[in-house]
Amino acid sequence: MADVMTLSGIRKAYGGGRSPRVEVLHGIDLALAEGEFAALTGPSGSGKSTLLNIMGLLEAPTSGTLVIAGQSTAGSDDALRTALRSRYLGFIFQFHHLLAAFSALENVMMPVHAAHGRVTRADRQRALALLERVGLSAHAHKSPLQLSGGQQQRVAIVRALMARPRLVLADEPTGNLDTQSAQEAFALMREINASDGVTFLIVTHDPRLADTCDRQIRLVDGQLVASPDTGVNASPPA
Amino acid sequence: MPFEWTVALRLLREGRFQTLLILGGVTIGVAVVVYITALVNGLQANIIDKTLSTQAHVVLKPQEDENRRLVQAPGVVMAEVEKRTQRENTIDNWQSRMAAARAVPGVRSAAAMASGPGFAEKGGVRKSVALMGVELADYLKVVRLDDKLLSGRLRLPSGAVMVGSELARELGLSVGDRLRLVGATGRTESYLISAVLDFGLKDLNRRWVLLPLRSAQTLLGYQLDITEIYLQVNDLFQAERMAPLLAARTGLMADSWQVTNAQLVTALRSQSASTLMIKTFVSLAVALGIASVMVVSVVQKRREIGILRAMGTPARRILRIFLIQGGLVGLVGSVFGSALGSAIAILFTRLVLDDRGQPMFPISVTPALLATTSLLALLVGVLAALVPALNAARLDPVEAIRG
Ligand SMILES: Nc1ncnc2c1ncn2[C@@H]1O[C@H](COP(=O)(O)OP(=O)(O)OP(=O)(O)O)[C@@H](O)[C@H]1O
Ligand SMILES: [Mg+2]
Repeated sequence: MADVMTLSGIRKAYGGGRSPRVEVLHGIDLALAEGEFAALTGPSGSGKSTLLNIMGLLEAPTSGTLVIAGQSTAGSDDALRTALRSRYLGFIFQFHHLLAAFSALENVMMPVHAAHGRVTRADRQRALALLERVGLSAHAHKSPLQLSGGQQQRVAIVRALMARPRLVLADEPTGNLDTQSAQEAFALMREINASDGVTFLIVTHDPRLADTCDRQIRLVDGQLVASPDTGVNASPPA
Repeated sequence: MPFEWTVALRLLREGRFQTLLILGGVTIGVAVVVYITALVNGLQANIIDKTLSTQAHVVLKPQEDENRRLVQAPGVVMAEVEKRTQRENTIDNWQSRMAAARAVPGVRSAAAMASGPGFAEKGGVRKSVALMGVELADYLKVVRLDDKLLSGRLRLPSGAVMVGSELARELGLSVGDRLRLVGATGRTESYLISAVLDFGLKDLNRRWVLLPLRSAQTLLGYQLDITEIYLQVNDLFQAERMAPLLAARTGLMADSWQVTNAQLVTALRSQSASTLMIKTFVSLAVALGIASVMVVSVVQKRREIGILRAMGTPARRILRIFLIQGGLVGLVGSVFGSALGSAIAILFTRLVLDDRGQPMFPISVTPALLATTSLLALLVGVLAALVPALNAARLDPVEAIRG
């Protein structure tokens, strides 16, 4: 199967100049195959969020190359990175990061609205269908502030799917949820992965949830290490 | 609704307090600009109107060197001083010159004037006056008299005169009385007073005597000549610019009201300049107010902006969101400000009255004034939002989301 994303030799250093230079990622090689459901684990401060932000084109690596759906991102400017982001990628954050000034439905439509400047009737239908799928039809017109944490995260999950991304990057999507809600959210992502073939990379600290994934990628001190069921970093299970 | 507009409006609504703060600032600024402009425009229009109601926009007079005519013969240039019987410089052949003046585009009306010094006598009292011979119908098209009539009627048949209120008082005259006028030629004639007028200035009320053109010509010894042609033009601010052309077409000297009232014009200009300065500073203050509140609100909205960027919002759309916000508060504030400014202006005309209980002068809140002010506010809003908007567009989404 083709790779959705390939990273090679990704390094990231912060500081330099007056503050001391700290390298956070020390040359990451990683490929994510189409349809994978992978967990990214590792101790706090190991660079998981940094790696995810680089993969999400929110941050540029200090060196190394990143290829999205066959397209190299070398030398891309902000406009191109934004375009690639809205075309191929979806995000889920630890804190749901829904916008309080918009209803749940509007939040879900946001990725399409932001990229195209307007939403069509079909977009609206799709957003409503997504909300229905996560059992939130009745809450479509409520403000996120009126929803529970689990409901908010479900809205955030379908928002990440709105623009039909190839890869969803989730940074501790369940970190802020109780066990029950966390399991439900995970199950939801799993189900979407199975039915729509969307690739997921999920950062989690919960080993039980990580165990439910097809593949575990482990990051320690800015380097990928061998993990029990995958062998060393890059290759996905056969 | 386009994405940028939706987000701009929602964020404005969400930041209610800041939005109200900016709107208040813009409202006050616009109100000040509207009120001051209306006040000064009204004041100036009133002063100009009062000044010009007894004056022509352009006065055509004989050339100062009319008496000296250059006769050019081949090889010889000689000056011949033409003998004239009158002491005053006069305009001959004035009908054709007046027709030429009337034909100049922008000229609305013209009136002949035969004026000169004379005396008014009554019961042995003699007063020095200015005899002003006019064709009343023409004259009324150039100056306004109907609002100056104290008694009698605006009529000037042969043998009638209209006098100023001071002269009437000094000589104890009223409408229907007779007075004797003595011209430069020494001729004396008796006239019936048809009207007493208040020209608005004591000196004019003491000296001006309006009489039929023919009578003045006879009393002053001008024969068929006159001394001035009074013109009214369509756009009074064009008078000065039209003067050279009028002079060239008529072979006379043309004095515009701006030249005649140079001091007044200078005063009005400096007044306009100071209002412009006030308006500029108010606009600047409003711009700084908008900018400073928006800089803060961009900082406060960092998280939202970061999320929007992560969701695939291009930087240019973020820029537009905040420019739209600036323009919107400018425009909405200008609506409130226009209403407030107009209200103050109207209140002013109601409260500040002259001794006759009339408004001192009309304050003119015109649609054009409101339109230009709104446009200005829109511009100020967008420009003020530029720096905050650029800040927002340059924001690093990662920093915003990590925070
Ligand atoms: N902007 C920055 N400037 C300097 N150092 C940074 C910056 N961002 C992250 N770091 C450092 O990089 C390292 C990795 O951070 P990162 O957030 O990627 O870790 P993480 O694996 O996501 O941790 P956690 O599990 O706690 O979320 C940390 O030591 C952090 O202090
Ligand atoms: Mg992290």
